[in-house]
Amino acid sequence: MNLFKKIYAGSVYLFLYAPIVVLIVFSFNDSKSRGSWDGFTLRWYVELFHNSEILNALYYTVSIAVLASLLATIIGTVAALAIYYHMKPFQKNIVMNLTYLPVLNPDIVTGISLMLLFIFVKFELGFFSLLLAHVVFNVPYVVLAVLPKLKQFNHSLYEAALDLGATPRMAFRKIVFPEILPGIITGLLFAFTLSIDDFVISFFTTGSGVNNLSILIYSMARRGIHPTINALSTLLFGAVLLLLLIVNRRITKTEMN
Amino acid sequence: MKKIVKFLMIVAVCLLMGAILVGCGGEKKAQRELKVYNWGDYIDPVVLADFEKETGIHVVYDTFATNEDMYVKVKSGGSDYDVVIPSDYMIKRMINEGLLEKIDFSNVPNYKNVDAKFKNLAFDSQNEYSVPYMWGTVGIVYNKKMVTDPVDSWNILWNKKYEKQILMLDSPRDSIGITLKLLGHSLNTSDPEQLEQAKNKLIEQKPLVLAYVVDEVKDKMIAGEAAMAVVWSGDAMFIKDKNPDIEYAIPKEGTNLWFDSIVIPKGAKHKTEAEEFINYLARPEVSQKNAEYIGYATPLPEAKANLEESVQTDLAAYPADDILKNTEVFDDLAKNIAAYDRVWTEIKAAR
Repeated sequence: MNLFKKIYAGSVYLFLYAPIVVLIVFSFNDSKSRGSWDGFTLRWYVELFHNSEILNALYYTVSIAVLASLLATIIGTVAALAIYYHMKPFQKNIVMNLTYLPVLNPDIVTGISLMLLFIFVKFELGFFSLLLAHVVFNVPYVVLAVLPKLKQFNHSLYEAALDLGATPRMAFRKIVFPEILPGIITGLLFAFTLSIDDFVISFFTTGSGVNNLSILIYSMARRGIHPTINALSTLLFGAVLLLLLIVNRRITKTEMN
Repeated sequence: MKKIVKFLMIVAVCLLMGAILVGCGGEKKAQRELKVYNWGDYIDPVVLADFEKETGIHVVYDTFATNEDMYVKVKSGGSDYDVVIPSDYMIKRMINEGLLEKIDFSNVPNYKNVDAKFKNLAFDSQNEYSVPYMWGTVGIVYNKKMVTDPVDSWNILWNKKYEKQILMLDSPRDSIGITLKLLGHSLNTSDPEQLEQAKNKLIEQKPLVLAYVVDEVKDKMIAGEAAMAVVWSGDAMFIKDKNPDIEYAIPKEGTNLWFDSIVIPKGAKHKTEAEEFINYLARPEVSQKNAEYIGYATPLPEAKANLEESVQTDLAAYPADDILKNTEVFDDLAKNIAAYDRVWTEIKAAR
C-alpha cells in the first residue's frame, strides 16, 4: 500500500515536472530544432540578452504584473473590508455575486468587451489600457483571498484593542492587518501569477509597441518557437523557484519566533 | 513582512513613474515614427536596425501568429499600424472590406525589382495595394530512406504502404486544397459536390495518417518519425537543412502558391514613412538578407541572384516556371469558409 502511494505521488510529480525538465534541457541544445541534439551550448542565453524584442516583452510583462497585482491588492483588500464590515446581508449577497462573475467569465469575453469599451471611450490602447485590464481581472481574486481571513478573524480582539485605548486606525494596523496579511499576500501572489501568464485579455487590450511575453511567444507559432524562449523560461522558472524558497524560509522563521 | 510591503510599494511607484515618463517622452519627441505589424520571427533584426539608422525613423515593431489575429486587431480599430504583412487571401478580404490604403507607387520606385510573374496576382490584380514580401508553395517532404516510390503526385499520400507514416497539415484550406487539386478541381471551389468528394477522399486517407500537425511537423520530420508530410516550402527548407535525407517535391497535379505581401492599413498615420519602409524592403540587398534569415523565397530576382548557389538552384525554394504554371493562389472564400471548416470538422471527427 505504501509502495502504491509512493508510485502514485511520484507519477503525479513526474507529469507536473517532466515538461519543465525537458524545456530546461533543450535550452542548452545547440540546434534550433527539438528533433535533434547537436551538443551543449549557452548560445541561446547569450542571444537572449541581445534580443531587444524579447527583453522589451519581458520588461512589459514584469512591470505590468507588479503594478497590476499591487493595485489590485490594494483595491481588493479595501473592497473586502468594506464588504465584510459595512454591508447588510442582502447587499453582501449582490456584491459577492458580482465579484464571482468575472472569475467565472471566459477570458475571451472579458478581453473583447474590455477592448470594445476602450475603443468606445476613445482610450488609447497601450500600456495603460493593458494595466487597467489586468487590474480589472485581478481584483476579484484578491477579494476572494482576503474575505475568508476576515471571517476567521476574531472580532472581539479588535474591540478589546479599542477598549484598551487604541484608536480605530491603530487597532486596524496592529490587530486586524497582521491577522489578514496572509490572505493579502496570497491574493497578491495569485494576482501576480495570473497577470504574468495571461494571454487572451492582454492580446485584445494592448496596443502597438506594447507586447508581453505570452503574446510574443504565441506570435512565434508559425515559424517555430525560438530556443531563446526556452532559455528565458528556464531563467523565469529559476527566479520563481528562488522566490518561493525565500518566502517559505521567512514563513518558517516567523513561525519559530 | 512590513519591509517587503514597503519595498514593493517603492518598486511600484518607480515603475509607474517610469511608465509615465516613457509614455510622455514618446509624444514629445519630434522623431518620425513607423508602426509595423508582422509575423513572429519574420524579418532579419539587422534590417530594422539599418533602416532606423539610415532614415532616422523610429520603428515600433509588433508580431502576430495568424492572419485572423492580425485581422481582429486591424479591423477593431484599436491598433494604429502603418505597415502590415498578411497573406494573399487575407489581403483580398481586407481590400473588399475597405481596410487597406492604396500605395502611392511613385514613392516605391523599387517595386520595379519585383519579378513580373509576381505582379497582377489574383488577390490584388491591379497592383494597387500590395508589394510581395515572401512567397512559397505547398508540397510533400519525404525521407529518402523510407520512401522508395517516386514522389510526383498527391496520390502517394493515399498509398497504403505508408500506413501511419504520413503527416498531414492541420489546416482546413491547405489539406482540403491539395485534395481538390488531386481530384482536378480548383482549390477555391465553392461547389458543394466537389467539397464532398474531397471530404470522402480525406476520410478514406485517415487510417493512413499518423497525425495532423502544424508546427511540430518540422521536429517530427527531422527526427525521422514519419516518412512524408505535407508542408509549406519554407518549412521544407528548414527540415532539409537539418536532415540531409529529406527531399521536397511539388506534385504534378498542381498546388497552392502563397504570398505574404506588404500592405498599408486604411487611415495609417505615417503613410510616407510606410512607403519609405516598403521601398526599403524592396531593395535587392535587403530582401536578400531577409530571405537568408527567414529561409523563405524572395520575389526579387536580383536578391535571389546573390543568394548561395545551393539555395538558388534548390527547386524547393525556387521551383521551375512550368511547375508554377500549375499553381493557384488562395482566394478569399468569404462566407464559404464555413463550408470548408465544416468539412474539416467532419474529417477530423470521422473514425
